[in-house]
Amino acid sequence: MHLLDLMDALRRMTLIRAYEDTLVTLLSQGRAGGTCTSVGGEASAVGVVSALAPEDLILTNHRSAGHLLARGADPGRLLAEVMGRRDGYCGGFAGSLHVSARELGVVLTSTIVGGELGLCTGVALSQKVLDKPGIVACFFGDGAAAEGRFHESLNLAAVWELPVLYICENNEWQAYVHRRETMLGDGIAARAAAYGVDSASVDGCDVAAVFDAAATAADAVRSTGRPFLLETRGYRLRGHLEPDDQAYVDAAELARWRGQDPLDVLRRRLEEAGLAPAELDAVTREAEARMEAAVAFADASPLPDPARLLDTVYA
Amino acid sequence: MITTESTVRQVTLAQAIGEALAEEMRRDPRILMFGEGTATKRPDLVAEFGPARVRNTPLAEGIIAGTAAGAAATGLRPVADLLFAPFLCYAMDEIVNSAGKLRGLSGGQFAFPMTILAMTGAGWGVGAQHNHNVEAWFVHSPGLKVVMPSTAGDMKGLLKTAIRDDNPVLVFTDIGLLEQAGPVTDAAIPLGRAALRREGDDVTLISYGKTVATCLDAAARLAEQGMSAAVLDLRSLKPLDEAAILASVRRTGRAVIVHEAAAPCGVGAEVAAILAEKAFAALKAPVVRLTGPDAPAPGNFMLEQALLPSPDAVTAVAARLCAGPVPCPA
Ligand SMILES: Cc1ncc(C[n+]2csc(CCOP(=O)(O)OP(=O)(O)O)c2C)c(N)n1
Ligand SMILES: [Mg+2]
Repeated sequence: MHLLDLMDALRRMTLIRAYEDTLVTLLSQGRAGGTCTSVGGEASAVGVVSALAPEDLILTNHRSAGHLLARGADPGRLLAEVMGRRDGYCGGFAGSLHVSARELGVVLTSTIVGGELGLCTGVALSQKVLDKPGIVACFFGDGAAAEGRFHESLNLAAVWELPVLYICENNEWQAYVHRRETMLGDGIAARAAAYGVDSASVDGCDVAAVFDAAATAADAVRSTGRPFLLETRGYRLRGHLEPDDQAYVDAAELARWRGQDPLDVLRRRLEEAGLAPAELDAVTREAEARMEAAVAFADASPLPDPARLLDTVYA
Repeated sequence: MITTESTVRQVTLAQAIGEALAEEMRRDPRILMFGEGTATKRPDLVAEFGPARVRNTPLAEGIIAGTAAGAAATGLRPVADLLFAPFLCYAMDEIVNSAGKLRGLSGGQFAFPMTILAMTGAGWGVGAQHNHNVEAWFVHSPGLKVVMPSTAGDMKGLLKTAIRDDNPVLVFTDIGLLEQAGPVTDAAIPLGRAALRREGDDVTLISYGKTVATCLDAAARLAEQGMSAAVLDLRSLKPLDEAAILASVRRTGRAVIVHEAAAPCGVGAEVAAILAEKAFAALKAPVVRLTGPDAPAPGNFMLEQALLPSPDAVTAVAARLCAGPVPCPA
């Protein structure tokens, strides 16, 4: 098991935050459409993705920017996609909600809640039958765990022994409904036992803890060829779909979780380890500079030719 | 042109499905097949190809279709048997939203070479939750292809092509035709080409599935009455053979569209619209549809048969159209 480079994690998490902040700004200027930001989910994204091997495949959902950037997506091309430009990962046809980047191993992004749960078993079946190296990491939300597909997927992966690492990013919110209104019990991880699947739950605001849990889980999937369910516990720090004033969010609860902002948690840890605040600030400035360049790149990218739409419908 | 020598044999449509599956799986190791009871009911395929390629699944149509889509996008060529067409409702998301859309949405990054099998239609008296001709739903969804053969030979040839196609293809089996025997070969039949089952000059009877036989029956009766009816078997609903439809109706000037599925927004509506848009000048009479009722199919063998478009009805409507100027059919 390799070790997580915390400075590298900080760089990636900071880039994700800078990316989302930039997108919100662009949105307010009318230059980009509404988006589901991953603010608050940076530690979960970076912790899990850092524990994956390059040959592993990722399926994600509507809240995908963290997973993509953690995997090394170019923020310029990601932004170009969200702004509907030709240089986006999907040629400008996906927008922010369905970004797949096959070259990065991020496949079949679905914005149907639970869609990725329905597809990941097939991707894992290919890996298994074609004897390809690499496991399949499937990210989904606590809301998706209410869909029937969650149960169908875990059950099939268990009985067919498919190498799927299920990652439930429990951020307490399911669009405009709090998790406690839609489920009894405290978390999703316990459900795995019913399907004979091992599981773990981890503090999703602590990137080092997420990395350790994900590395252990990924090793288990790799060595047994069986699925594993990892639940990361965090909080959606921004609204569901931008713009969202979060008027429906309990202020005290939000404040409590803001105190555990994954970026602050990591910065505090690095400061305690002796890093100078100036070094950490440099990471932020570096991310901001990358985003400035990304905006320039996306702005310069041409719009896709509408006539091309029909070219990609059928193979 | 080189034609491969392939022997013609008589098999039932059900056997034709088995032959197509076995021949294609033999040809391409990436093809695998699964569904509820697939391995149990196809021991010959299990014996030849092994349990990894022929699988029983849990009772969960959504994940069956989703697994097929995920596997198709990443290197396999799955065939999923979803049994009865109404069960497709449980698998709609994976077929329509994933397999049908994720190629276009991703800018062409993925292909979905997968085949979905489903049975439908009158024949077993099993009622509307097992018998519902929903083929038009999928014609209306981008990224999908749809076939519904009327003969054993077409079933075999079209299923082989469906499996070779790089897109999701829904192959509907008409329950009423399962035990009908017909000649088969080893040749694949291209999608998107209708079959002109009978030439004719006065009226074109356009159909697919079991009502093709109804139309052939009607055409024989019309001939006895001195009218020459062409019978066009669409067999591929998407892509649809517009050229064949237009060619025949431009020649006859009259069209009766016959299918078991209900009329509203069905395949017949599409064909009628194509004729109105592209063959209006050639039409000598209104285009007429004869379809099954817009009602849940009864779980009653007698009623099921009674509600199908009948040769009598097709004959009567076609004869009326041929009789002279018809302002509007009753
Ligand atoms: C099938 C379906 N139902 C509803 C929606 C609308 N929707 C989009 S995201 C979302 C909330 C999902 O909650 P969760 O799975 O917890 O993920 P999160 O957004 O919290 O990351 C909803 C209801 C959808 N996209 N798909
Ligand atoms: Mg959630």
